[in-house]
Amino acid sequence: MANVHLAGIKKHFDGVKAVDGIDLEIGDGEFLVLLGPSGSGKTTLMRLVAGLEKPTGGQIIIDGQTVNDLPPRDRGIAMVFQSYALYPHKTVFGNISFPLTVEGMPREDIRKKVEWAAGLLGIGHLLDRLPSRISGGERQRVAIARALVRRPKVLLMDEPLSNLDAKVRHTAREELKLFQREINVTTIYVTHDQAEAMGLGDRIAVMHEGTVRQVGSPYSIYNDPQNMFVAGFVGIPPMNFMEQDGVILGFRPEALLPAEALPDKDCMRLKLLVERVEDLGSHRLVYGTIGKAKVIANHSFRLNLKEGDEHEFAVCSQELRRFDPKTGERIRP
Amino acid sequence: MKTPRILERESVLAPLMLTPVALYMVLLVGFPFLMAFVYSFSNVTVGNPEFQMVGFRNFAAVLHDPTFLKSLLNTCIFTFTSIATVLVLSNMLTELLMREFRFKWLIRFLIMLPWTAPIALGAIGYLWFLDSVFSPIDWLLRTWGLLGKPGDLLGPMSNLYWLGRPDLAMASVIVVHVWRLLPLATMIRIAGMNSIPREVIEAAQVDGAGYFRRLFHIVLPLLLPVISVTVLFSTLFTFTDMTVVWVLTKGGPPDNSTQVLASLAFLKGIQGGDLAQGAAVAIFFFPVLAGVAAVVLRIAKKAVVT
Repeated sequence: MANVHLAGIKKHFDGVKAVDGIDLEIGDGEFLVLLGPSGSGKTTLMRLVAGLEKPTGGQIIIDGQTVNDLPPRDRGIAMVFQSYALYPHKTVFGNISFPLTVEGMPREDIRKKVEWAAGLLGIGHLLDRLPSRISGGERQRVAIARALVRRPKVLLMDEPLSNLDAKVRHTAREELKLFQREINVTTIYVTHDQAEAMGLGDRIAVMHEGTVRQVGSPYSIYNDPQNMFVAGFVGIPPMNFMEQDGVILGFRPEALLPAEALPDKDCMRLKLLVERVEDLGSHRLVYGTIGKAKVIANHSFRLNLKEGDEHEFAVCSQELRRFDPKTGERIRP
Repeated sequence: MKTPRILERESVLAPLMLTPVALYMVLLVGFPFLMAFVYSFSNVTVGNPEFQMVGFRNFAAVLHDPTFLKSLLNTCIFTFTSIATVLVLSNMLTELLMREFRFKWLIRFLIMLPWTAPIALGAIGYLWFLDSVFSPIDWLLRTWGLLGKPGDLLGPMSNLYWLGRPDLAMASVIVVHVWRLLPLATMIRIAGMNSIPREVIEAAQVDGAGYFRRLFHIVLPLLLPVISVTVLFSTLFTFTDMTVVWVLTKGGPPDNSTQVLASLAFLKGIQGGDLAQGAAVAIFFFPVLAGVAAVVLRIAKKAVVT
C-alpha cells in the first residue's frame, strides 16, 4: 500500500499534448477513477504511472520515492490491461505465478500465493486451463489475480470491465469494489463509463484534453461540477444548459419537473415545448426546448405529454448551477 | 463481359486453376525426383547407354567413400552453424528494426538488399572481398597493423587467404550464407513479432520480467510456430543448397574442406558423369529431411496461437 503523488506530469507525443500538466494526490488504499472521453489522456496517465511511458515533464512519486527513471518492475505496481494480456501459452496457474517466478520465489510459496489469489477471485478450479479455454469473465479474474498475487503497492486497471457483456459487467463491478476494500490496495482505475466510475470510485478525476477538470467524490462530481465540461460529461442524460441574463444556467434533467409537482417553493417556472417523449417504464424522458435551449426532463409522473404540447415545468433554485459563458467555469455565489 | 457459366462452376474452375501448379509440380519436381530415385538404384552414367538396376550398390559405395563422409560432416557444420547464427542475428535485427530511430529506412534498406540481387551475383561480390591477393578486408587489416609484418596479430603474411585455408574457407562460406538468409529470416521474425499483442509484452514488463526473461518465457514461446517453420525451411534449404559453396570454393580448398552434399552430388553426377552415384548422394538424406519436415510441421500445428 502506498500513496501516489503526481506533480506537473506532462507527456507530449510529437507535439500532441496527451497529458498536459497534471497534479494529483492519491491516498493510501484509495480507489481513484480516471474518467474521461476517449483521447482525454487517461490511459496515457496510467501508463506513465506504470512506467510504460516516460513523462516529458513532471514527477511521479510512489510511496515517497520518485520513480520517473525506474522501470515498471521496480515501481511496486501491478496492472490489469483492457485486453487482460494473459500469456496465451501459459496455464492459468502459469499466468498468475509468473510475477512470482520472476522474483525467484521458492516453489512452495508460489503455490500458496497463487492459491490465495485464485481463491480470492473464485478461479481455483481453473488453474490447469489455458486462457483460450476459459470465458471472458474468468479471464478478467485471472488478470486481476495475476496483478494481486505480488501484493503490489499500487494496482492499475485500464478499463478491465469493458470487454465483458453487460450482465457479467454489473456483478464484476460489485466484486471488484468488495475485494479492493478487502485487500485495501491503492487503486487507479481508468474508464470512460461513468456508471462504473460513480459506482466504484472513492474519488473521480474527470479528464479532458490531457488535463484534470475536476477531482472529487462521485457525489460532488455530479452535484457540484466545477465547469461545464464536467457538468455536461457526467450524467445520463447530461445536464441542461440555458443562457439567462449573461450567465449559463445548468440543471440536471431530474431537477426539471412538471410545475404541478413543485407547487409553492422557491422555483423558477419555465414553458417547455415538447418534441419527443421516451417512456422508459420507471421514468419518462421529455425532450423539448425552453426558448432556444434544447433540454431534457427526467421525471416519473404520468402526464400524457405529446409532441407539440406546451407544458409548464419548474426548476428549484438550489438545483441551479451558474457558469461563465466565456470560460465555462462555475460562478459561485 | 459476362463470365461464361461453365467457369462459375466450382467443379470446373477449381481444377482449371490448380492445373498450372500441378503441372509444375509433376514436371519440374516430381519427375526429376523420380528419375533421381530410379538412377540411384541403377548403374547409369553419362557416357554409357547401358541401364541396369543394381540395388543398394551405389549407396554402399557412397558410404565407403571418405569424401562423402567428409561432405556430410561439412554439410552439418555448414547448416547448423549458419542456422544458429541466423536465429541469433535475426533476433537482434528484429529488436533494432522494431524501434524508432533516425535513418531506420536506410538500415532497413541495407539489410534487405542481399535479397534483391541474385545470390550468384552477391556471392561473386564476396569472391572479390575474400580474394587471396586483392581482398579489401586484408587491406584494412594491413592498414590497421594487424596483418603483414612479423609480430602482427594475424601473422606475417601479406594476406589471410580466406578461401585458401580450410577453417577460414568454411567460416567464409558460412558468413556469406548467413548474409543471404538473414533478410528473409528477419522479415518473418518481424511479422511474427507484430502478431504478438503489445499489451502481452507490456504485461510481462509490469510483472517484473527483464529482457531475457521476456524473450525466453513470452516472446519465443509465442513465436515458436513461426520460428520452427523458418528453421525448417532454412535447414532444408541450406542442407540441399550449393550456390554459395560452388561460387566461392567449389568445395575446396583440398581436401574437400567445404564440400557439401549438394556440391558433391553435382560433382559426381554432372561433372564426373556418374549419374547413379550422384543421384545416390542427393537422395541419401531424403528420408531424414522428410522426417524433420514432418516433425517441425507438427510442432508448428500444435503450438498455441491466439
